[in-house]
Amino acid sequence: MENRDPLFEVSREIVGADFQSAGDISGEVKKILLQAGFPPPFIRRIVIAAYEAEMNVVIHAFKGIFTTVIYPDKVHIVIDDEGPGIPDLELAFQEGYSTAPPHVRELGFGAGYGLSNMRKCSDTLKIDSHVGEGTRVTMDFLVKSQRDGAEVEK
Amino acid sequence: MVLKLRSDFFHSVLLDEEKCKGCTHCIRRCPVEAIRVKGGKAKIDEELCIDCGECIRTCPNHAKYAQTDSMDDTLQRFKYSIALPAPAFYPQFQPNISVGKLLDGLLKLGFHEVFEVARGAEILAEEIKKYLSLKNIPKPVISSACPAVVRLIEEKFPSLTGTLLPLDTPLGIAARIARMRAMEKGYRSEDIGVFFVTPCPAKVTEVRQSSDDVGRIDGAISISQVYSRIMNMLDELEEQKSLQFSSWKGIGWARSGGEQESLNEGEYVAVDGIHDVMSVFEKIEMGELSGILYCEAQACVGGCIGGVLAVQNPFLSKVNVQQLVKRYPEYHLLDDREGKELVREGVFRRRRPFQARDVLKLDTDYRKALEKYQVIEHILENLPGLDCGACGSPTCRALAEDVVREKAQEIDCPFLLREKMLELSREIFDLASKVPQTMNEERGKQTIESNQDSGTATGESGS
Repeated sequence: MENRDPLFEVSREIVGADFQSAGDISGEVKKILLQAGFPPPFIRRIVIAAYEAEMNVVIHAFKGIFTTVIYPDKVHIVIDDEGPGIPDLELAFQEGYSTAPPHVRELGFGAGYGLSNMRKCSDTLKIDSHVGEGTRVTMDFLVKSQRDGAEVEK
Repeated sequence: MVLKLRSDFFHSVLLDEEKCKGCTHCIRRCPVEAIRVKGGKAKIDEELCIDCGECIRTCPNHAKYAQTDSMDDTLQRFKYSIALPAPAFYPQFQPNISVGKLLDGLLKLGFHEVFEVARGAEILAEEIKKYLSLKNIPKPVISSACPAVVRLIEEKFPSLTGTLLPLDTPLGIAARIARMRAMEKGYRSEDIGVFFVTPCPAKVTEVRQSSDDVGRIDGAISISQVYSRIMNMLDELEEQKSLQFSSWKGIGWARSGGEQESLNEGEYVAVDGIHDVMSVFEKIEMGELSGILYCEAQACVGGCIGGVLAVQNPFLSKVNVQQLVKRYPEYHLLDDREGKELVREGVFRRRRPFQARDVLKLDTDYRKALEKYQVIEHILENLPGLDCGACGSPTCRALAEDVVREKAQEIDCPFLLREKMLELSREIFDLASKVPQTMNEERGKQTIESNQDSGTATGESGS
């Protein structure tokens, strides 16, 4: 029986509307995975999904906690935010649908591909959202997966 | 395990130990943190160096240099020598000196023939257009023309290796065509010497790694070496229009933005300067630029004209490029037969495959690697975070990594050393303050009293 205990865990705080630091956490996750020696295509899809999730909190929420747990066979990411929540999840998954305000879109974010890209890149994606309270996004990335090399839209 | 070829470790950026004062300018400027100062001298890690030349640019003592070939030796080595001038060669001169004259200058220096890398670039541009029109290519496609950028990706952005343009460089293409043409004229390959007139050390490395067939490039001569000689014979130069095949299309590749201008309309990004290139690659890795078709990336500020072996200030040569681009508006299409022949000969095929190099990983076993990562974080907590470089490593994190990789000690940090010395001196002070009981009235009394209290007389001080 293989040991399923986590090998590594790190939690970071995300501050809403802080575009200066946006992407720092995904960058750190990338660095950890690179130094751990995971295969590049595996790292790539994690980083894309992590960045989308991180940006969602920066754009929409007040604050959030980004937790990365590395297991021998998978990477588990949980992003918990205090924010407006997602009223219609099905709609939010539609490519091109966005509720990002104009000033955010001007920065090149919020094109409406966030959730669908996260779904394409992860092996499991779970979204728990309560309007007016916040959203919890849980993603798993399996080391042995067919998803490496997933192409994303922007 | 990836088999490492000997040539992988060839580097053109070298250190002149005499001149190196062991200062820390270079270690902090190196984009891949490949330099450490040890024993008062900078040491370049061959496995990490990407030959970008940033250290040459930044060294106040000019202790870093690029190893190139001497022109006089070069010309004696072969019966038939061909010069391949980089696009960045032309704008080193005033734009009123025509390309035809400059090419004549190369012949007057002793070369038997010239073939312009700018021509190679515009022939390549047509192939890039074809490649970009393919479906299902990973986007954005990143230009593979700058060898320093290619090495940067292989090392620091391994997940982007699959997006590099899988075609040869303008230099590689020019070299192949030049040798093929000379062989058609009846020269044997071993008698033909093909030499690149280079603006940068990264290209010298590309030359050293060139394949050993028709694509062989026999040497690299710095632009600066050729420049002074041509400047001394400006009056003798004759306009030789027939030598020039390049136009605005290829000449423009000398500076950042030239590649995209030579392609069709589309969404392109052009980024220059290795540190800015890295910030754009970070974004590409996060999926930010997937709407972009092609990313032109050059290690030097301004593009190839900013190479450390160029002579002219890159901002001035950029003006010269603009003039040349205007001056040569007429692009000569390859005829179909010729184009097909080049494809058949495999002129565009890239010989050296892109290889993600896992130099960043801390251990071959990722469990152990992650443990080491945590040790690094722990060490970092004790370091001052000044990134001063006084320990010989470029940043505090780099020192922590070096400690974990057993290449340095924590105590190499002068602040940590000072702290430890302070601790030690406090201990010494404390010890020195302690007076033996034979001489200390206070302690003598206490000992007697405490012995009386407990009713035992061990004679121990009990401190």
